[in-house]
Amino acid sequence: MNLIDIKGVTHAYRTPSGPLPVLDNLEIGVPEGTFAAVVGPSGCGKSTLTRLIAGLMTPDRGEVWLHGERVRSPRKTVGMAFQNPVLLEWRTILDNVLLPLEIVAPRMPRAQRVTRAEELLALVGLSGFEGKKPSELSGGMRQRASLCRAIVHKPEVLIMDEPFGALDNFTREDLWQTMRDLRAKEPFTCVLITHDLRESVFLGDQVIVLSGRPARTQRVLRVDLPADRTIDVLYTPAAVEMLHTLRDEIRIAQGRAGGAH
Amino acid sequence: MLRRIGVPVLAILAFLALWEALVWWNGWPNYVMASPSDLPAAYGRFWELFLLGGWQTLWRTVAGLAIAVVVGTLLGMVMGFSRVARDALYPLLVGFNAVPKATLVPVVSLLFIGQHDFNTVLMAFLISFFPIAVSVGIGLSTLEPEYRDILRALGASRVTIFRKIALPKTLPEFFGALKVAVTLAFIGTNLVEIVSPHGKGLGALFQSGATNGDYPLMFAVLIALAALGIVLYYAVVTLERTFAGWAEREAT
Repeated sequence: MNLIDIKGVTHAYRTPSGPLPVLDNLEIGVPEGTFAAVVGPSGCGKSTLTRLIAGLMTPDRGEVWLHGERVRSPRKTVGMAFQNPVLLEWRTILDNVLLPLEIVAPRMPRAQRVTRAEELLALVGLSGFEGKKPSELSGGMRQRASLCRAIVHKPEVLIMDEPFGALDNFTREDLWQTMRDLRAKEPFTCVLITHDLRESVFLGDQVIVLSGRPARTQRVLRVDLPADRTIDVLYTPAAVEMLHTLRDEIRIAQGRAGGAH
Repeated sequence: MLRRIGVPVLAILAFLALWEALVWWNGWPNYVMASPSDLPAAYGRFWELFLLGGWQTLWRTVAGLAIAVVVGTLLGMVMGFSRVARDALYPLLVGFNAVPKATLVPVVSLLFIGQHDFNTVLMAFLISFFPIAVSVGIGLSTLEPEYRDILRALGASRVTIFRKIALPKTLPEFFGALKVAVTLAFIGTNLVEIVSPHGKGLGALFQSGATNGDYPLMFAVLIALAALGIVLYYAVVTLERTFAGWAEREAT
């Protein structure tokens, strides 16, 4: 059964120079517990998609379903992470991770919340940094903390909008593996918006290619690689072929079909 | 610690020495320009007036500033949250801020005739609320949407988002503006004290020095004003360290 169902979603932004269509009859289904990576050309409405799933906005037409319920407003069962880790600078790392629990589970005893947060911080390799301020951490560490905050309240869905986009390549690969380890421990369903095809193949169970604006579902690629992948998997023939296919799809999406390069 | 106090004190002493030397070098008599060595006598003769005037100036400045903080923050919130309000209020506020406040002293004095304390507090408020309103407004309106989204996605109310994120995030801007506002409020208070007849406070003491051609007294008042200004400024700095110290980065 699909945890997330996006059915015929069409949306346009109202701008001074007339409506700007960003999504056109979009169809996406994400089975429970799986990882969907969404790729597409720049400015094709991928971020709009995250806001729709989170219930932060409603589409002009079409429906967004989450766990059998129509999404019309924000719900507590969603976690979000962005390219900018948006940690609150005046809070310690621990208190940053605790933030969602203050909203979602205000009655949960503090000790219990702290235990949960510390568990997660340990999972992403941030044990010992609980009392630090975000400004004392590196970019990669901040993004790890941001991931912990996104899932501390055990959301059904984790929505990530290019969370590793601003990191250097090695840090990024480290975080992919952290992400893989987190998923082995926590049962959330994942939607990842990314520009990085290798990232989409390494993390995704399916890669959804969106067309240029207004975005339609151009191609859905199933990733049949073992669940406990290592970075090496990206160098296997199967993965390389997928990357080729995706690269071609992106070229088509950019309107440069048959690309000479 | 010794350095943090010693360096500024040395700078002040150097300034006084330069001043003294300048007067001595030019051979100015003290009815042209007073020198620092004339000041202790002035403080000694009028110390009661200095204490009384200093207190009057201080409390009215702080009162005006307190009102400016409340009104400025409210205006800033309105402008920060509503685009329409921002478009409507901004030119009005900028225009009002551009009006030299000295021109308002006679208006205010006539409107609230004889209410000297009230007039003074009012002027301190009028002159100092603008930077607070602007910086709170800008702080709130430039809050990155992601900050709001992480809580909104969990169904948090606007009040919760304001309390947990927007308010603390705006504090550094707020204190930056408060540092400007505190000296402005001070100028507002003194403006009324000096210009209006039968004034009170250090401004009035300055005025009486001017009437009597007592240069040492006038300069003594100016130095006292400077000292009060410094005290007020550092009071704000202390508050800032307490409430927004997280925004300060370690020097690297």
